[in-house]
Amino acid sequence: MGAVWILCLRQLKRYARARARILASLGQPVLFLVALGFGFAPVFKQAGRGDYIEYLAPGVVAMGILFTAAFSGIEIIWDRQFGFLKETLVAPISRLQIVLGRTLGGAAVALLQGVVVFGLCILAGFRVQRPALLPVAFAFMALISLAFTAVGTVIGSSLDDMQALPLVMNLVVTPLFFLSSAIFPLEGLPRWLMLASRLNPLTYGIDGLRGALTGEFATPLALDALILGAVTVALLALGAWRFSRIEV
Amino acid sequence: MIEVRELVKDFGGFRAVDGVSFAVPAGQIFGFLGPNGAGKTTTVKMLTTVLRPTSGTVLIDGHDAAREPLAARRCLGIVFQDPSVDNELTAAENLEVHGVLYGVPAAERRRACEELLRFVELWERRDEIVKQFSGGMIRRLELARALMHKPRILFLDEPTVGLDPQTRSHIWAFVERSARERATTVFFTTHYMDEAERVAQELAVIDHGRIVARGSPEAIKRQTKAATLEEAFIALTGHSIRDEDASPADQMRQMSKLWRGRR
Repeated sequence: MGAVWILCLRQLKRYARARARILASLGQPVLFLVALGFGFAPVFKQAGRGDYIEYLAPGVVAMGILFTAAFSGIEIIWDRQFGFLKETLVAPISRLQIVLGRTLGGAAVALLQGVVVFGLCILAGFRVQRPALLPVAFAFMALISLAFTAVGTVIGSSLDDMQALPLVMNLVVTPLFFLSSAIFPLEGLPRWLMLASRLNPLTYGIDGLRGALTGEFATPLALDALILGAVTVALLALGAWRFSRIEV
Repeated sequence: MIEVRELVKDFGGFRAVDGVSFAVPAGQIFGFLGPNGAGKTTTVKMLTTVLRPTSGTVLIDGHDAAREPLAARRCLGIVFQDPSVDNELTAAENLEVHGVLYGVPAAERRRACEELLRFVELWERRDEIVKQFSGGMIRRLELARALMHKPRILFLDEPTVGLDPQTRSHIWAFVERSARERATTVFFTTHYMDEAERVAQELAVIDHGRIVARGSPEAIKRQTKAATLEEAFIALTGHSIRDEDASPADQMRQMSKLWRGRR
């Protein structure tokens, strides 16, 4: 277990030292929060849906998490390029331990990032309606972190082109984000768009997170947890398998 | 200590290593030479458990590299051809990570870290981020790191490439000292024939995937009636430049990688 822990710790150290990266990756969620949050608030209110910041904030927290988590996959390519990956691959530990350590590290970084965005949302006027459900909210944040770090692992292990990775990542993650009820409610959407959102596992992650924070669930909490949990486990397995196939 | 029997590696239809056999006894400093594309790097990868042989066996201190890779890896300290440190950690942190990965107990890690960083003269800079280190300092750090878990065999794949003569002689002095004081078996590759002649007790020359000469530097020079090892090497492997020979192998490797990705 020492190997898993040290690889996880290594990623946290690298994160703590990369202040520019921390600030830059906060930029996008903050922009969404300010531009969309304050921009659409009057329209949202006129439509009788209440406070838009209340609706949007959980989506923005998820956004902060999922982009950070998915982009942690670039570290695999980075480590391959700069050789550190080889150092871990010839160590007397299994590939599973390596991928576990990396994934936990990447997810921990994404979760931290999510907590910071959550703090910024509070500053922007977001109010937690159900403090008792806060642990549930953090559990959903942790699951989203793990799931999308695994997405990053799958893509990072399958590509060895550092320039292609951000493109592929955006191609995969951005549609998932927009079709997830993160920034608009699903009721009243065209049928095909509704269907696409219903098939998107992130929809359930965001619903669980939003429900835990605001008390408004679109799907039952148990179903949200079940779907997100199952998808996370499947993605972790897929990531471990792709990582085990890496050759240097 | 290292025993290689009838080692073969195919990439698609291309045979990169073709029935290589040799043995390195404990405590020896063994040099493995060959032009680019001769099968040298492929052999090193199989010896360090990075690549699985098509057929044949590699025994590392009695452990089959393909069947018991973890046991074999515990005996190996490796300095790769390209840097493999974590640039964003400090020198001491790089050693710490390595020590944990190799299961070295905490007290022993602290002791070995100080001893080895002093040994390669980096102790004063232990808390600096490696990004700021020069190429020679990174090499010395990697050498210290490779010795962290007291490996019985030290693998050095072109450890002095791109370094100035001062640093090169420093690195070899460290290697020879660690071989002497720690009774480590050393396996190295290099393109610098003067280094091979000076440092190696025993040499093997590989070309076109086969061993074409074996013996002490003196014996190889006698065998080819050459005055220097450089001349002997050219007599054994020819004058032509090997980039063309290297490319089909690399292409095959690239191809097989692509296919594996698609499956």
